Amino acid sequence: MDHMMPFVYNFPAFSILMTLMAGMVTPFVRNHGKVAQKINFAVIVVVGAMNAVLLGTLLSHDGGTSYTYMMGHFPAPWGNELRAGPLEALMATLFCLVMALSILGGLTDIYNDVRPRKLYLYFLMQNLLLSSLLALIYTNDLFTAYVFIEINTIAACAIVMIKDSGETIVATIRYLIMSLLGSGLFLFGVCILYNMTGELLFSSIQEVLVPLFKTGQYAIPLTVVMGLMILGVAIKSAVYPFHSWLPGAHGSSTTSSSAILSGLVLKGYLILLIKMVYRMFTPEMLSTLHVNDVILIFGIAGMMIGSLKALKERHIKRMIAYSSVAQIGYVFMGIGLGSDIGILAACYHILAHAFTKPMLFCAAGNLVNHAGHNYQIKALKGTALKSPLAGIAFTVGSLSMIGIPLFAGFIPKLFFSTGAIESDWFRLTVVLIALAISTVLNALYYIPVCINIWTPKQRKGEHAHGAHDAHEDAHGHGAEADDDDEEELALHEEPHEKPRTSVSFVVSMVLLIACNFALGICYQPLTDILSAGISLLG
Amino acid sequence: MWDYILNHYYEIAAVILFGIGFMNLLLQSNLIKKIVGLNIMDTAIYLFLAARGFVFGRIAPVPADVTVPASAETYINPVPGGLVLTGIVVSVSVTAFSLALVMRLYKKYHTLNLDEILVLCKKEGGSD
Repeated sequence: MDHMMPFVYNFPAFSILMTLMAGMVTPFVRNHGKVAQKINFAVIVVVGAMNAVLLGTLLSHDGGTSYTYMMGHFPAPWGNELRAGPLEALMATLFCLVMALSILGGLTDIYNDVRPRKLYLYFLMQNLLLSSLLALIYTNDLFTAYVFIEINTIAACAIVMIKDSGETIVATIRYLIMSLLGSGLFLFGVCILYNMTGELLFSSIQEVLVPLFKTGQYAIPLTVVMGLMILGVAIKSAVYPFHSWLPGAHGSSTTSSSAILSGLVLKGYLILLIKMVYRMFTPEMLSTLHVNDVILIFGIAGMMIGSLKALKERHIKRMIAYSSVAQIGYVFMGIGLGSDIGILAACYHILAHAFTKPMLFCAAGNLVNHAGHNYQIKALKGTALKSPLAGIAFTVGSLSMIGIPLFAGFIPKLFFSTGAIESDWFRLTVVLIALAISTVLNALYYIPVCINIWTPKQRKGEHAHGAHDAHEDAHGHGAEADDDDEEELALHEEPHEKPRTSVSFVVSMVLLIACNFALGICYQPLTDILSAGISLLG
Repeated sequence: MWDYILNHYYEIAAVILFGIGFMNLLLQSNLIKKIVGLNIMDTAIYLFLAARGFVFGRIAPVPADVTVPASAETYINPVPGGLVLTGIVVSVSVTAFSLALVMRLYKKYHTLNLDEILVLCKKEGGSD
């Protein structure tokens, strides 16, 4: 590294330190939740802007550039390093954007769900969460990655439990236990890898591993290491069959927490995994040891089962949460394709999902408030008419998740298919069939909800059977008697006061809808940045 | 074979302990025992690291006599020690967090059995 390093190159370290500092400063304003929220928001905006500037600087070089940044000027192998390229800078910028919009979108719910005395703690945890996400994106050091995984775990659990009801605490403990199992496995993998290579920096490990792998002696330990680390990451990002904690944690927490957990926290680990695959192992190692195939199969299983479980779910937030399991399956499938275009699709899907899922959660949160805090899908009937913006956001989000052209979710599916066609026949058949089935499944659970929220609620008198049940047929559920009871219950339960739609919610939804269309229509610049970033990773 | 086991008994013990801790954390229904399992699991990893970092006949990298020029061959690798220390800090904080959560749960449900808590929680949630 030359001495004339541009000042902008300090920004990743600054943003991680700044978010950590913001977390430390927050307790000083413990009685002023609003101030804590403002600090948090300001930090997110500043960090996002810094990363955007960094992205611009990196892209101003022809074809993009990347660099490693020594923390504290200690050279490798002793020092700790950050590594930033277009991929990392883009992810960090957009993560800040999504985080800001998620908090704005659920702000009313935060003030309702969190006790005022605890409010500053919520924003403290959000700061720590952002800091750990940025560290996971930027780090070039395996042990740092582990430490920030743990910080991420604690912060993520804390933003679930802050609602402080029995349901959320139970969800938190399940989340925590699964997360700890995951980080235990990851740590053991790190230790064995350190033991094999004697290095902790990604690039140094790769330098040792590549010749070692060529000799063919360490195939089994290497497989074990990959297994442990990928399993650890898979548990934490809720890949099927390790998803059991997800619906509880994402379904019961306050709106913003669900949005951030689903949109960002799951993705931090996946980006770390992608970085590890490219910068520590190599894609060739993964395919030679058939780790790729395992990842692909887990991904596809997740796509199917996640959607099937979502189909059965009656609780709106749990349904959206199960849909996350399916979407994480897509990302895993992209990594399992083992080609650059597969990774590109995975990265794009990370972004598309990061912009769509928070929108769905925030819109659902608003609709639920309009239905008198009833989370049953049936109870949401006609709520979109009371709150059209939330309805539009939910519909746009649903269409995006299904993968309709012009919406964000379509582009990654296009790339997944392209990647599959360029791959061998086994992957081609499996991936294309999986994509087709999963798209239909997505449509099967999102469309009925969309129809439901836009259907006007009928008066009690005209509650004749057959007239209103077009939607119930679409649902195809057996327990009709139960459904009717629930619906009548919901009819009587008119909200006492009309929930107001706050300005922050409107801003957040409008921006998220705009981003969604931008991702779905003007995808070329983003894919250029992503592919530049991916080619620089390897 | 026996030779191998005798030379690597620390690592073998560490892996066995890791398994015990892992299964405890995964399957045990008593929450306190789960957390004990977590600690066994983490400690097993530290044992593994410390055992791999140690070389017989060498000493910790702290020079006893500063006048003698230090040579790397007399010392063991200090990095695993650093990793273990960091790891201990992490696992202490995670343990504290989980214990706090368990306290909360106990105050709410008056039991430490996760299965019972899940049943109680389901009853409370009604439709869920």
